[in-house]
Order: sequence, then structure tokens, then C-alpha cells
Amino acid sequence: MNGVHDMGGMHGFGPVEAEAGEPVFHAPWEGRVLALRRAAGAWRRWNIDAGRHSIERLPPADYLRMTYYEKWFASSIRLMLDAGLITPQELETGRRDPAVPVATPPLTADKVPVAIAAGGPTLRQTSAKPRFVNGATVRARNINPIGHTRLPRYVRGRQGVIECHHGAHVFPDSNSRFEGENPQYLYTVRFAARELWGEGAHASDTVHLDLWEDYLDAA
Amino acid sequence: MSHDHEHDHDHSHDHGHDHGQDVPSDTALRVKALESLLIEKGLVDPAALDAIVDTYENKIGPRNGARIVARAWTDPDYKARLMGDATAAIAEMGYTGAQGEHMVVVENTPEVHNLVVCTLCSCYPWPVLGLPPVWYKSSAYRSRAVIEPRRVLSEFGVAVADDVAVRVWDSTAEIRYLVLPERPAGTDGMDAEALATLVTRDAMVGVAKVAGPAAKEGA
Repeated sequence: MNGVHDMGGMHGFGPVEAEAGEPVFHAPWEGRVLALRRAAGAWRRWNIDAGRHSIERLPPADYLRMTYYEKWFASSIRLMLDAGLITPQELETGRRDPAVPVATPPLTADKVPVAIAAGGPTLRQTSAKPRFVNGATVRARNINPIGHTRLPRYVRGRQGVIECHHGAHVFPDSNSRFEGENPQYLYTVRFAARELWGEGAHASDTVHLDLWEDYLDAA
Repeated sequence: MSHDHEHDHDHSHDHGHDHGQDVPSDTALRVKALESLLIEKGLVDPAALDAIVDTYENKIGPRNGARIVARAWTDPDYKARLMGDATAAIAEMGYTGAQGEHMVVVENTPEVHNLVVCTLCSCYPWPVLGLPPVWYKSSAYRSRAVIEPRRVLSEFGVAVADDVAVRVWDSTAEIRYLVLPERPAGTDGMDAEALATLVTRDAMVGVAKVAGPAAKEGA
């Protein structure tokens, strides 16, 4: 979706402000939001791409106003409601619907180290051959899907060069819609800064993105 | 409304300081209510939540990445493995998992300066750097790093010479990037353990250089 989250190249956000001695969490609730997202995610009712899309779908003004963990919190509620883990009434009252049996959590404390150390690899086996070879010139497709995509606006229609592929990875566009992993080759594509931003950019600078085969055409 | 006023507002909000420490914020209360509901429904294990928070607050952080960098500086065989298959070489050191499932290391040299960003959200190599700082997740960094990396770098105090190429890595897929900074001068006699103390998080994102022991500041 052409959302406000797709920020590459935008102006007007001011300087980058680093905080000296920044804590990992600025308040305890931030850590709880991270942990709740992770622990509820163990029910596997959504995936990382659906999770990212739930943040992108926040109203644009809210997206820009909210902090990172406020966005995670709001989108986690959305995910849990959509997945049926909680009901709107439970959310409003804060009490469990007594008609629903108490569940057993899939992620217990003893499983946390293994779960974090395993993560969620997205590399998949494929018998397909990569469509592009290293050094090939490609053009990012000019597509404007209304759903989740990891093809930023600032490279659409632009020409780049294949640096390498990383094997076949889960395709976020279909995975976010629960329409299957559709694994396909993922390439690092190098774009000249001048191809993206014009003559004002430095002649030797480049921007590198990891893009799936369905985002690319031969140029 | 002046730009400065808007910026000040964003700044305080980004850092979550707009609510006092003594009185729980509305968000903190809402997070607590959701946590209680999920526990009551048996959907999450409170001890698992504690373990997740503890992991990211105390166990995983940029010291991990610093050990990778210091070993690469002192062990040419390790560096070769790291540049060839970063995921495996980083796993050798015991760092694997969520948001570091597929790693690539990019090396700074006298000719090349690398900078890592995620324009679409906040992708960051958690197993080696921990959770990202607020500035990395900020609209300002995400929007500007790809279009004016040299200005962003100069605001961080990094002057990139005209004959040095800037490579920006936009983390659009599940590949996570770690910058291997240049080893500073005056460190010839230092072992990996001592070198690791010089390596900062910011240097491994690409917004800082590693200072030698004499120039090292308290940060």
C-alpha cells in the first residue's frame, strides 16, 4: 500500500535526534508490548508480514504521531481481534468471556530462549532457477498494490543492477494476506543514487535493496 | 506553528517522557489491562513475558556485535567466513535467531562507507545489536538516510570525503545488515577483547566510525 510508512526520500521530518545513554525501554509497558506481541504470536494466527501490515494500516496521522511501541500496541490489538484470540467485548470489559475455555499458552518461559534463538527463517527450498544473473540490469516494477508490499515507492520504475541472490524467500505480499508463502528468489539490487534522486545526488553513491523476483523485470 | 515547536513536541513524544514516572500513563494502564486479559484467558504465560523482556533488556545487545567485529579485525580466517556467510559465522559466536535469521556483513574501507536503514519499518539485526534505538526508528532517519546519507552522516559527526562512496542498505526483506567498521589506528597491540570495548552500536549501523583508544569517549 502507498502508505505513510513508505518514507524513503520524504522531506520535512527534521534532524535525526540521537539520545545519549538511551535505555532499551523508556517505560516498562514498552517491554510488555514487545513481549505480548511475541508471546501471542506463538499461537501462529498471523505472520510477520501480516504483523507489519497491521502497523501500516494504522491511520496515517496516528502512525506519525505514535511512538514505536504505541504502534505495536495498537496493531497488536487489531491482530488479536482479527485472529479471534480476543473479542471486542473482552477488550472493552477487560474480563474473559466465561463461555470460552481457558487455553494453555504455547510459549512458556522455558521455551523462550529456544524460540528467540530459532527466530523465523524465511529461506525456502526451490527447484526453480533464478531469473536474473549477477550483474544483470533490472527495472523495479511500477506497481501500486493496495495490500502489503516491500517494494518502496522510491525505486518503482527505476533501473538497478543485480548484485547477488539470497535463495528463495517467503514473498511478503501474498504471505501478509494469508494466501501462501509463494517463495521466490530474493536479490540484492544496487541502484545508483542519481538514478533514484537525480543529478543532485553524489555520483558514486548507491542504495541497495533486497527485492523479490515479482518486483523486477529485465531492463 | 513553528517548525521548532513541532519538533520539540515530536521529540518529547518519541521518547515517551510526556507522562510522569509516578503516575501510570493511560497507555501503561491499557497495556496492563490487555496483559491481564491474555493471562486470564490462558493465551500467554506471564513468566514467558518476563523472560522475553529480560532477554532484550539484559542479554542481547551491541556487545554481541562488537565481539564479531573485534574477532574479524584480529582473525583473518574468521573475517573470510564472516564476509562469505555471515549468518553461519555469527552463529559460531552463539548469536542467532529472531531478526537475525539471515545476516550479511558489509565492510567499510578507505573507499567505501556503509549505512544501514529500514525505510519501510524498523528492521534491525537484533541478535547482534539488540533492539534499535529511537533515532533508528524515527521518521527523520528512515526518510533521509536513502536520499541524503551524507547530510545524515555529517549530523552524526561523520564526514565522508568526496572520493569515498556511500552505500546505503535499505532492509526491505529479512536480510539483516551489520557494518564492519574500519579498525582505528593505534590499536595494533590490542587483542580482540580490548578491541571490542572500542566498537559502538552506531559504528555497526554505519553512523559512526570507531575511535582509537586515546580518542574514545565515555559514551
